Amino acid sequence: MLKSAFGKQKLIPIPDSREYMQSTEKDVGREKCPSCSRRVSELELKENHKVCPECQYHFSMTAWERIHFMADPDTFQEFNSDLRSINILDFPGYDEKLESAMKQTGLKEALVTGQCTIGGYPVILGTMDSRFMMASMGSVAGEKVCRAVEKAIDLKIPLILCTASGGARMQEGMLSLMQMAKTSAVLDRFHQQGLLYMTLLTNPTTGGVSASFASLADIILAEPGALIGFAGPRVIKQTISEILPADFQKAEFMLKHGMVDKIVNRLVLKDTVESLLRLHLGGKNG
Amino acid sequence: MVKRHFDYEEKYKNLQGKFEELQELSKNLQFDLTNEFKLMEKKMKDIRDNKYQNLTAWEKILLSRHQERPTVRDYIEFIFDDWIEMHGDRCYGDDRAVIGGIASLKGIPVTVLGHQKGRGTNENLHTNFGMPHPEGYRKVERLILQAEKFKRPVLTLIDTPGAYPGVGAEERGQAGAIAQVLMTLCSLKVPIISAVTGEGGSGGALALAVCDRLLMLSNSVFSVASAEACASIIWKDAGRAEEMASALKLTAQDIKDLGIADEIIEEPMGGAHKDFETMAKKLEESLVSNLKELLALESHELNEQRYKRLRQIGRFQEN
Repeated sequence: MLKSAFGKQKLIPIPDSREYMQSTEKDVGREKCPSCSRRVSELELKENHKVCPECQYHFSMTAWERIHFMADPDTFQEFNSDLRSINILDFPGYDEKLESAMKQTGLKEALVTGQCTIGGYPVILGTMDSRFMMASMGSVAGEKVCRAVEKAIDLKIPLILCTASGGARMQEGMLSLMQMAKTSAVLDRFHQQGLLYMTLLTNPTTGGVSASFASLADIILAEPGALIGFAGPRVIKQTISEILPADFQKAEFMLKHGMVDKIVNRLVLKDTVESLLRLHLGGKNG
Repeated sequence: MVKRHFDYEEKYKNLQGKFEELQELSKNLQFDLTNEFKLMEKKMKDIRDNKYQNLTAWEKILLSRHQERPTVRDYIEFIFDDWIEMHGDRCYGDDRAVIGGIASLKGIPVTVLGHQKGRGTNENLHTNFGMPHPEGYRKVERLILQAEKFKRPVLTLIDTPGAYPGVGAEERGQAGAIAQVLMTLCSLKVPIISAVTGEGGSGGALALAVCDRLLMLSNSVFSVASAEACASIIWKDAGRAEEMASALKLTAQDIKDLGIADEIIEEPMGGAHKDFETMAKKLEESLVSNLKELLALESHELNEQRYKRLRQIGRFQEN
């Protein structure tokens, strides 16, 4: 019986995550859907919140696109925007990488945090931008997560983090790994306050981010097709040298294995988040 | 070409062998070189000691993975009395890459946890090279909560290349299992002391390193990811692992300088495996003295200190 259940599973090699991300970015410029190859006009894409009208492929959103999409108009107030990474280990090439990421994205770091309302409910919102060094988590991202959590504790309002990350920022060595523990410590206090924490896992959420704050939410949502996991598919492929299942580490795979609460199509995402906030009576405590 | 194993010992042994041959020969030929030999012996020892005191980061990685390096089980069996191992996560299975149980440290009941590597292929297949699956972290979660219930301090010994990257591990929620242990440890109401005895590899090691005191053996390392992985990801060249090892600042001294480790426990000359008993006794002494200090604190003080300790980690610019 088992054999028949697995026998039908189609096994194809999964694409390398890095190539996958690059091809996504390239094709946004060319407005070609990487999934169905349909050419989508920029306007069409914008109106459809960067979801392919043909096949529902979810293009990556930048940190600010995500904020404009999630927050009620003109309510988002960014905080801690002046935190910058420094090359504390004198890691070769890190300064240059930071500089070019800042130039490319106009951001100072991969994570943007602030306060806003969603459906009229006040929340703390954080979004990550995978264009910025694969949104790897270094000291700044860790600190910004912590301060966002602390702000939510102060104001007794819900916290929503939209994650996207390749993992810990290797250029900061152990200081970046320790951000996993640091964010977990602050979230532990948050949960003790009886407050609501939701995460939206977007493509890709892996490594140190998935093994810390992304997984510690009361409610974990995911975007369709997002790559979610601990180890990157490339590492796994190298380790076990086997062909991986076709949907391996996709949001759908994670749902099937019980790791996320719900996969939400971006077109109904805001409604879903609003409903969840409503069901938590705004998520305010006290 | 990256050096794959620590070959200094072999070179030295070679020289030592020739030296002994020469001594033998001079004896047979009745050439009295006693004074010269004494001088040479001292010089050779100096050269060797000097080498061991100035190992590169990569050489320390190789030593931390040395085939003969004492495993976590070796330390547990030497240091603790009445060690009783507990098995299983009560959900899926028993991960042999993480061991845990109850034991006594100088009469104080404690919960002991650690990564278990093996010696040789067979043992390593049994323990999965010390790379845990989610059920390993869920076993840890179960045993630390049990420790809290019975007010037992938690001692963890760290020696792993990292959490296992595989299909089953992903299917059973590796990321979530690690995250949960991290969070539980943050406010566990009993003292936690961690010691890196070998390799501290990535999130899989960190899950056992959220603590009140972090000790490191002098040749142990703690790294965000393996030097090989970092070199292949950042520089697209795994062959530059040696160079990456230095760049990552992963030696015990580096980790202490970064304010993450509290104490370095000096290894015997040549590494922990050269004199296991001395090493284990030193580790025991350090565990005992740190535990005594921590046991003097109320649990809320302990939690507050642990929180502050974690909260301040990170360096950035703000203006």
